[in-house]
Amino acid sequence: MTAIRLCGSWWGACLLFGSLLLGCRAKSTEAEPSAAASSKALPSAGPRSIKIGVLAPFSGPFAGAGKQVEGGIRAYLEQHGNKVAGHDIELLIKDTTGVAPDVAKRHAQGLVLRDNVDFLAGFVLTPNAMAVAPIATEAKKPMVVMNAATSSITTKSPYVVRTSFTLPQVSAPLATWAANNGIQSVYTLVSDYAPGADAEAQFKKTFEAAGGKVTGSVRVPVQNPDFAPYIQRIKDARPQAVFIFVPAGAQGSAFLKAFQERGLAQQGIRVIATGDVTEDQELDAMGEAALGVVTTHHYSAAHDSPANSAFQAAFAKVSGGQVRPNFMAVGGYDGMAAIARVIEKLGNDLDGDRAMEVFKGLELDSPRGPLRIDPQTRDVIQTVYVRRVEKRADGFFNVEFDRFLEQKDPGK
Amino acid sequence: MGILGVVFDGIAYGSLLFLISVGLSVTLGLMNVVNLAHGAFAMFGGYLSVWLTASWGVPFLGTLPLVLGAGAIVGAVAERLLYRRLYAASHLDQVLFTIGLTFMAVATATFFWGPTQQRVALPEFLRGQVEVFGLGLGAYRLFLVGIVIVITLALGAWIEHTRYGAQLRAAVDNPQVSAGLGIPVHRVFSAAFALGSALGALGGALGIELLGLDPNFAFEYLVYFLLVVSVGGAGSMRGTALGALVLGLSDVAGKYYVPELGGFIIYALMIVLLSLFPAGLRGRRA
Amino acid sequence: MRGSVVRAWQRWRSRAARGALLGPLDVGLWTLPLAGYFVFPDYLVLGSQMLIAGLFALSLDLCLGYAGVVSLGHAAFFGTGAYTAGLLALHGWQEPLSGLAAAAGMAALVGYSTSFLVVDARGLSRLMVTLGIGLLLHEVANRASSVTGGTDGLSGLEPSALLGHFRFELSGKTAYVYCAGVGLSGFVLARRVVQSPFGLALRGVRENASRMPALGVPVRRRLIAVYTLAAALAGVAGALSAQTTAFVGLESLGFERSASVLIMLVLGGTGRLYGAWLGSCAFLLLQQLLSEQSPAFWQFWLGLLVVGISLFARGGLLGVFAQLRAALGARRSRRRPPTSAEAPGHGA
Repeated sequence: MTAIRLCGSWWGACLLFGSLLLGCRAKSTEAEPSAAASSKALPSAGPRSIKIGVLAPFSGPFAGAGKQVEGGIRAYLEQHGNKVAGHDIELLIKDTTGVAPDVAKRHAQGLVLRDNVDFLAGFVLTPNAMAVAPIATEAKKPMVVMNAATSSITTKSPYVVRTSFTLPQVSAPLATWAANNGIQSVYTLVSDYAPGADAEAQFKKTFEAAGGKVTGSVRVPVQNPDFAPYIQRIKDARPQAVFIFVPAGAQGSAFLKAFQERGLAQQGIRVIATGDVTEDQELDAMGEAALGVVTTHHYSAAHDSPANSAFQAAFAKVSGGQVRPNFMAVGGYDGMAAIARVIEKLGNDLDGDRAMEVFKGLELDSPRGPLRIDPQTRDVIQTVYVRRVEKRADGFFNVEFDRFLEQKDPGK
Repeated sequence: MGILGVVFDGIAYGSLLFLISVGLSVTLGLMNVVNLAHGAFAMFGGYLSVWLTASWGVPFLGTLPLVLGAGAIVGAVAERLLYRRLYAASHLDQVLFTIGLTFMAVATATFFWGPTQQRVALPEFLRGQVEVFGLGLGAYRLFLVGIVIVITLALGAWIEHTRYGAQLRAAVDNPQVSAGLGIPVHRVFSAAFALGSALGALGGALGIELLGLDPNFAFEYLVYFLLVVSVGGAGSMRGTALGALVLGLSDVAGKYYVPELGGFIIYALMIVLLSLFPAGLRGRRA
Repeated sequence: MRGSVVRAWQRWRSRAARGALLGPLDVGLWTLPLAGYFVFPDYLVLGSQMLIAGLFALSLDLCLGYAGVVSLGHAAFFGTGAYTAGLLALHGWQEPLSGLAAAAGMAALVGYSTSFLVVDARGLSRLMVTLGIGLLLHEVANRASSVTGGTDGLSGLEPSALLGHFRFELSGKTAYVYCAGVGLSGFVLARRVVQSPFGLALRGVRENASRMPALGVPVRRRLIAVYTLAAALAGVAGALSAQTTAFVGLESLGFERSASVLIMLVLGGTGRLYGAWLGSCAFLLLQQLLSEQSPAFWQFWLGLLVVGISLFARGGLLGVFAQLRAALGARRSRRRPPTSAEAPGHGA
């Protein structure tokens, strides 16, 4: 009969599709039902569990960054017994797989509507943060940016607060330091993407205002296997120093190795950069090529303070001790610390608007040094350190030798 | 001084491109298999070299023949078990299979070594500069150029002047007739594939110093291998060398003289060259 | 009475087989998204993304499954459409449907201008040319960061209410219905194209391009036409993505997107329009489930799946089902003689 002829490909497809959807449905009913209880405080039945949705990449080329941020968050929780002021903390971790704003938005929407989180946190990559900002606004959930460093993110929603840094914030002090330390001419080399452009623009602005001269600038493609032609250009320009901004890891190593190989250091040209280039996780692998490079950043693993030692111990405990914590881990740690302060203050009365009021002007004693959230811009005000790469007994480190206190994000 | 430096750098970059792509030219050109997993073989060679130098203290140069050998073995095994099924398949199936293999390789590398960069310690005489005619040339780059010359000459001689090479050329031109003449076509193909993989592994190991090594290597440099092989013409050693040279020189010269064009040059040049020479500069297959 | 119902049913099926309208199976399958709206109200954002990916894969199917042009750079058109819709919305023109039309037009233009390079090449060269075009466009978009926002992307797009009435809000209901409607229209269009003489010519070109001129088919022109049409559809999918995500980034033009749409299509099965939809849904679901179980290693399982498909299930999921159907049909047809309605030439 016709019913039997209908067996086969079409109905097979329907069956598959249907069972896939049913599987999805089963999973959603296992998760907690999305009661609209976020704005209603529970009757005083004791402290309720607080949910934090963490959006970060855990697969793909940025997997290391996601692990650092998660490690930082868990390090804080480890130090405080997984509870804050009696509230249980539940982390809902979602993998954004890399630069994927549609995936990030999908996860954020699910976290807010289905899982009813109290905070959205994480945000390693700028496009993902930009895509999620409107959700934070519409759902009135605080969005704690723990790594993304583009200036404009905090302007995209009144619910965004940042605990990491911005590129202009660390580039400007570098220019000031250079101008004050006998460097009059600089050649800039940055990767051709938005963060590179931001770093270059800010460095140039501050350096020229301080009396220096940028003798040339060049932008290299983000994927650039060979720096030889650019090194040749630098050699021709004979500046006193080269300012570079390239993604951490392979590009930084490649540039510094080519720089050394061509003998530019012997010619007296110095390398100055933002701390992303010599970040702690990759620094040991870069080795001798990075020696003597002067960078500015807000965190170094070699920072000498009790808070930093405690943080590093906790991080080693939660991550297995294989990897050194870097500035991304500190961003996660301080973000969690800020959230904890909010919970301590508000308890069961937690909601988006009240949380933002507590965030504004918050002060933390961070492993990096003193940290403050600017009440007007909700961005971070912190000390930017000038460091030099040195070799110590246990590896290569960024050793701090100068600092700029209370640095804001310039231009805001 | 400027132009000589640019020429040398272009040749050095071209040599690097050649080293990482020559294996693909062998497998693609000889067996007509679009092997996008070539990067995975290169990664294998790189990680093996890292492991040997770090855990076993083998000097870097000593790891190179070991990497060649291991690459050949892995290639032969992969050919026997997996790639043999793909000879008759469409290009699409080959593309998919090899992309899937690459995903698996990347995930495996992440599992064992983590997502960070790996490094090898070069011997002293390969570091720094060498003065040649008043020009400072990178020692390691000179070394690479030397290796490329050796490989091109050796492979060319082997294929053109030995009996085995003749068998290989025959098997590629017409497998049925060759089989009829008693040439063991399957074994010839296995050997060719093993050779291609060995070269790929060697390229990966040699590239660590300049290109870095992390689990994403296979995807990051995929475009470059494909570029060189398609422009130069798959299956032709000289074609691949020529393609690598042309691309290397134009890329370096472009970045030196007109850096605003940066990343465009290499892609635009590829499109232009492919439109003019659809089978590659020295292509054997249409 | 029953006889006339059965006859009407058979007439509907045979008219649908000729592409005149949607058949009973099509209607049945398209009630699934409708059911999804009611059964999974919490997963509508995932649903919209499945529909968008399905439309994108459908456009690639026209190129790949029906004309045999393997493209590794199809995301170039997706991204063009996304940026067109995004830029329009950002600069004051927020009406979504006209944004879609503009995106389709722009993507068709880009597709048409690059089609000449693609149709003249063969084999590996063609693959590389499509890859090169995708990479070039990505680089152009990165360079023109003052217009496209570069790696930061275009954010703060606020499409106005659909049809003047339905706002795009957080739960994603409007977006879902919008995507389903546009997806259905795209499907109907694709269906008509492949069932038409043009579609048959394409299939002929895929099977044996050198014989087709003997039949009077201008191969080059047909390929250019289908490539442009596929580009336009991909542009529509991109515009949908821009409007529903309210964000456009460089990754909409990137190699990863081209590679994943190719995988989605092959997973479902090429050359059968439903393969695109099935593949996209299966792929996105797998990605969602696997990346929750083992985020660092979902790539491994995906790679294994792709390897498995290319070795054992060349026709994708639909190919597997068709084999099952053939096996079942062979068993049943031994029991009774075929009726006139089941004579060859009336298959879907």
